Amino acid sequence: MSESHTSILLEMRAISKSFSGIRALEDAHFDLRRGQVHALVGENGAGKSTLIKILTGVYPCTDYAGEIYLDGCRCRLHGVSHAQAAGISVIHQELSLVPPMTVAENIFLGREPRRMGIIHWNEIYRRVDALLRRIKLDIDPRAPIYALGLAQRQLVEIAKALSNEARILVLDEPTAALTEAEIDVLLAIIKDLRSQGVGIIYVSHKLKEVFAISDRVTILRDGRVVGTYATEALTEARLIAQMVGREVDQQFPKSSHTLGDAILQADEITVEDPSRSGKRLVDRVSFTVRRGEVLGIAGLMGAGRSELLMAIFGAYPRHATGSLWLKGQPVRLNDPCEAIRRGMGFVTEDRRRYGLILDQSVLHNLTFAWLKHSYGRFIIDRDAEVALAENALREWQIKAASVFVGAGTLSGGNQQKVVLARWLLNRPQVLLMDEPTRGIDVRAKQEIYAQINALAQSGLAIVLVSSDLPEVLGLSDRILVMHAGRLTGEFSRADATPETIMACATGERI
Amino acid sequence: MKPDGPNRNPSTQKKNGPSFFILHPASFFLRLLSYCPRPATSNFAKSAWRTYSMVAALVVLWAIFAYVTDSTFLTARNFSNLMRQTTITAILAVGMLMVIVTGQIDLSVGSVVGLTGGLTAIAQAWLGWGLWASLAMGLTTGLAVGAVQGLFVAYANIPAFIVTLGGLLAWRGAIKGLSKGNTIPINLASFKAIGQDYMPPAIGWALALLAMIALGYFMVRRHRARLRYGIVATRLGAVILSLAWAVVLILAFTGTLNAYAGVPIPVIIWLAVALSGAFLTQQTIFGRYLFAIGGNPEAARLSGINLRRHLLAVFCIMGALTGVAGIIYTARVGAASPDAGRLLELDAIAACVIGGASLMGGRGTVLGACLGALFMASLDNGMSLKNVPDFTQDIVKGAILVTAVGLDVWGRERS
Ligand SMILES: Nc1ncnc2c1ncn2[C@@H]1O[C@H](COP(=O)(O)OP(=O)(O)OP(=O)(O)O)[C@@H](O)[C@H]1O
Ligand SMILES: [Mg+2]
Repeated sequence: MSESHTSILLEMRAISKSFSGIRALEDAHFDLRRGQVHALVGENGAGKSTLIKILTGVYPCTDYAGEIYLDGCRCRLHGVSHAQAAGISVIHQELSLVPPMTVAENIFLGREPRRMGIIHWNEIYRRVDALLRRIKLDIDPRAPIYALGLAQRQLVEIAKALSNEARILVLDEPTAALTEAEIDVLLAIIKDLRSQGVGIIYVSHKLKEVFAISDRVTILRDGRVVGTYATEALTEARLIAQMVGREVDQQFPKSSHTLGDAILQADEITVEDPSRSGKRLVDRVSFTVRRGEVLGIAGLMGAGRSELLMAIFGAYPRHATGSLWLKGQPVRLNDPCEAIRRGMGFVTEDRRRYGLILDQSVLHNLTFAWLKHSYGRFIIDRDAEVALAENALREWQIKAASVFVGAGTLSGGNQQKVVLARWLLNRPQVLLMDEPTRGIDVRAKQEIYAQINALAQSGLAIVLVSSDLPEVLGLSDRILVMHAGRLTGEFSRADATPETIMACATGERI
Repeated sequence: MKPDGPNRNPSTQKKNGPSFFILHPASFFLRLLSYCPRPATSNFAKSAWRTYSMVAALVVLWAIFAYVTDSTFLTARNFSNLMRQTTITAILAVGMLMVIVTGQIDLSVGSVVGLTGGLTAIAQAWLGWGLWASLAMGLTTGLAVGAVQGLFVAYANIPAFIVTLGGLLAWRGAIKGLSKGNTIPINLASFKAIGQDYMPPAIGWALALLAMIALGYFMVRRHRARLRYGIVATRLGAVILSLAWAVVLILAFTGTLNAYAGVPIPVIIWLAVALSGAFLTQQTIFGRYLFAIGGNPEAARLSGINLRRHLLAVFCIMGALTGVAGIIYTARVGAASPDAGRLLELDAIAACVIGGASLMGGRGTVLGACLGALFMASLDNGMSLKNVPDFTQDIVKGAILVTAVGLDVWGRERS
């Protein structure tokens, strides 16, 4: 045996798993050492989440072929609680909090500290406070989950996983919804845990993080393990080539858009916080977008960017004020139907909550916004619909057995592509996008960037909210920065630098 | 995990397409007993599978009743009876299905059947209105009630459960008050005919022929479309076989009913309602939106679906169909009692749920709901033939409802 920091904590051997005849994993092997961060990378649908679900008991040992060894002993996991008891803690890609319950209740759900059989609330709040401080999250532990945004929920998940004192911590795309500042906090926590001997599995499409934090990398492609490497021995280009099977150009496609006339004008958009009166989530924000322009909106979590888009789209009927003009005509801020009729589209941030109908088919999910504009008719032309959907599947390279499988069975990145494809079927004139590349792999990201550029070139106006600063910098013609609900900066593509944008985003510079 | 059922046959797991079931009806029973759904690769296959298991359950039930009643259950006369018993629940179930698919519920339909039936009778007996006027009375009352409840649900954001629970009480009270507690007899023969008469056999056969031709046309067309898009690897042989099955069913159905007195008029109305309902839910944009709203209301709203208008429309449809059911009910009984239709809402909901609808919304079929109604009516009919006491009947029905849904949930979890 070697020294303790290289001792093997977990080994998964010859794991195979298929879903109704479709192989998600084939003969995959994986091992995790004590005190190491092991990154798991691969394209959308490569099988990363499936591997994680097997490890964490979501798919019990009767559901797959292969063996799992913990500390060298064969271990048959029968369920989630069994895996938890074995010291495996996980943050799933698709969040699993109970919306009506509070932050504190969620963090200790099922493991509430008790005193004489009664839940010891003081103890819970004490520990939750400490946890939230540790991850630098400033929220009320008594707030219900549904009142939080996606990024905050993600951080609560992290707190929940940390509360478990796990030996193995699994993070499935923990940073997809986070901004750089929060990512830094998370990475610091991970380093801390690593030095305490915890084994960490880190799944991410953000290769920069993978290189910043991991000790080893395992690459999955189409359900098979391509290889496991020491991180120092890899370069980003080589990693991508292994993942995708070919070289991918990581540059932002340079394209100069020819800007047309102003198409969307927002004036003094204000959104009141529905839960706390007097507080404004968005505070008198005004801007204009022109045809063929990509307008990026940068900012930290909670800056009000998502709320701004929601308000423009009419999703906050009672809490939003201000005026909006589309092609010179006023639009009321109270009705998504009207927004869509006027040519707007909205790719939402939280695809499971606002985007997809998970237990209905990909076909239905792709076409239900389009139907209305397809026709003039009452009856659905099924043939045309199917043809259209299959076309979209091909065009976006969505990995699904057919358009008839349930949307919930797609991998996270492929679900995102379904949402994007849906809106483009609609041929909008203004497209609002909230984190459009969340959970999308490198190759697909490049494709989406190319699509965004092509769409802008064809005269579409795009409002792009993204926490990925390079993405905003690389795609936008103009960048707005928000802080605490207000606009704090505006830059042209040429003037914007990461430093100036961060200064505005943190409110240091106005 | 549960061990595999003894009847699970792994070799059938891989087989795709419905042809297997059509070719081997015996496998219905195997499937039902082990209740191990095939790994359904699509929602498509899932709903087809669900229908097959419903039919199988029905066949088993009929076989049991035929056995215990010395085949009285299977006589033409009893079959005719059974169909007429199914009618009212089935018509309500079609409306209820749309409500449930949208993620709502309507508890008031029993009372509204009483109200619409009662007002129709009042119009005839006390106001001296003719056939058409009183029919219009029944239908518009139903529609109006649906619209009122729909407005409360859609525009005042009061949960449908509460609105229609209130309706359950209020509409029953209304008809008790309007009729002053009296049972009102029906004298108009043309009105009674709606609930009691039969189509002449010749017309029954003509309709059957029409149905077969239409079915053949649509099945072949669908087969072509599926081939073109490579949806399911169906062979033409399988299509012809299932068409043959359908033809046999239609012939047996019409033949049996004609062997007694002809196809009952209410059954014709039911079939028309069911066909329209199936068309509306499956082939139209409106129907698709109902599923979207039930599946994820937030996503539906942000995709530009007007939730309120659709909710209102669904409750209006439910109301109008309740009017139809009220008319048939009154015509069949030949009188309107203020207690008419009590507890029908529960039958309608049970029919939908047994037929595979999810009370969470977003899932269900009209065919399933009709089969569910037939299943419930078969239970009533068969147990009454055996003189099973009332209370036992209720216990059996309750137990079967829970079991059916339990099996469904269990099957879903395993797949
Ligand atoms: N419940 C399920 N039913 C059917 N197929 C599934 C199911 N879950 C996953 N799959 C399929 O298994 C494959 C692997 O999916 P998985 O979620 O592991 O991918 P992933 O690597 O996590 O991708 P992403 O980066 O997009 O999250 C995909 O093709 C997916 O469609
Ligand atoms: Mg995943």
